[in-house]
Amino acid sequence: MTAVATPLEGAAATVDAMRAAFGDSIGRTSQFAGQQVVSLAAERAHEILAWLQSDPEQRFDYLTDITAVEYRDAERPLEVVYQLRSLARRVDLRLKIALDPDGPLAVATVTDIWKGAEWLEREVWDMFGVTFRGHGDLRRILMWEGYSEGHPLRKSFPLRGHRSRAEQTRQALAANPEAHYSLEELSIADAYQELPADMRARLAARERGETP
Amino acid sequence: MGLIVPPPAPDSEEMLELTSPNWVTTRLDFLANWARSNSLWPMPFGTACCAIEYMATAASRFDLARFGMERQSFSPRQADVLICAGRLPFKLAPVIRRIWDQMPQPKWAISMGACASTGGIFDTYAMVQGIDTIIPVDVYVPGCPPRPEGLLYGILMLQKKIMAESMTDPSLRVEHLVQADGLFRRPEQIDEVSEPFGNSVHQMRTG
Repeated sequence: MTAVATPLEGAAATVDAMRAAFGDSIGRTSQFAGQQVVSLAAERAHEILAWLQSDPEQRFDYLTDITAVEYRDAERPLEVVYQLRSLARRVDLRLKIALDPDGPLAVATVTDIWKGAEWLEREVWDMFGVTFRGHGDLRRILMWEGYSEGHPLRKSFPLRGHRSRAEQTRQALAANPEAHYSLEELSIADAYQELPADMRARLAARERGETP
Repeated sequence: MGLIVPPPAPDSEEMLELTSPNWVTTRLDFLANWARSNSLWPMPFGTACCAIEYMATAASRFDLARFGMERQSFSPRQADVLICAGRLPFKLAPVIRRIWDQMPQPKWAISMGACASTGGIFDTYAMVQGIDTIIPVDVYVPGCPPRPEGLLYGILMLQKKIMAESMTDPSLRVEHLVQADGLFRRPEQIDEVSEPFGNSVHQMRTG
């Protein structure tokens, strides 16, 4: 591969290669504030992301972030955003998957491509309720295990939460502070009995379990 | 008559005289309060920027040790005063409650800063609206964050409060535990103190 003049040109070259390889699965592309943004079709997103990581021309070996955006405009879809970087090529790439906010929010996990996606996907699940199919341990990471009010960063979520302050305080005080440890830590902690039954079953079976 | 004198009736004049403050108990009070107020061991519960000011207070320029707080206690079992420096999210509510329950009597609590006292600017789903809905608080230090002088003034106020305690007051050392309904205060009290005020009344975004 020839040397690329600027990171943005490198990203544009990647977009051309993506179009050549995946055709219609690549949606709208744009450049904004020094970032190359590409929309992906949800069905082939996992395949495209795997290709970006493994293709010798692309080498996006570093997953900077996974997040999601819900717009106040109800017409616009909810977007899951992947921020990739190729450390070798010094190129950044932002990929977006559009999801219907009223439909089932689900995309395929990328933990098999980048191991570091595990906690990022847990955060998106916790805050937005997006399910990552195939994630081995999809549970809350910022809010505590057993938080019952939903997914706080959704636009339908009131700023102060659904319940009264007294009820929120009661539920918070009833939570076991050790219940957010990892499964391995929990198997030896007092909090084990406080876990949801399905998680206890997963622990007993010594496996990370199925994703909802 | 034998040598054993039966005790006076519980609400008699004589009993009242025996149990009300007298010269000996007030002198003992003074001694105990003087010793306690000048050897408070703080348990820092720093969660946010107030903890930076707390560190400055403990460091050489402001020197918390001048007030008998030479030893920072990082174990609740050897602490006298819990200083909550910073906002308290609901996720930490059971943690501070457990730390408070682990502290032996006599114990006091200082709520340092706007967020610990009222929730401050964080009138959101994640934040406790004042730690006095979780544990009893003796002194509130206002500020965002308070300057070290502010915290020192709060500590001096706490010392003054301790100096006024009396061993004949049986209500002082009562443990205020979380009730059977899972709450430390009555639900309507929590709802009332958590109501929006100031600028946050305009944050009614719901959809």
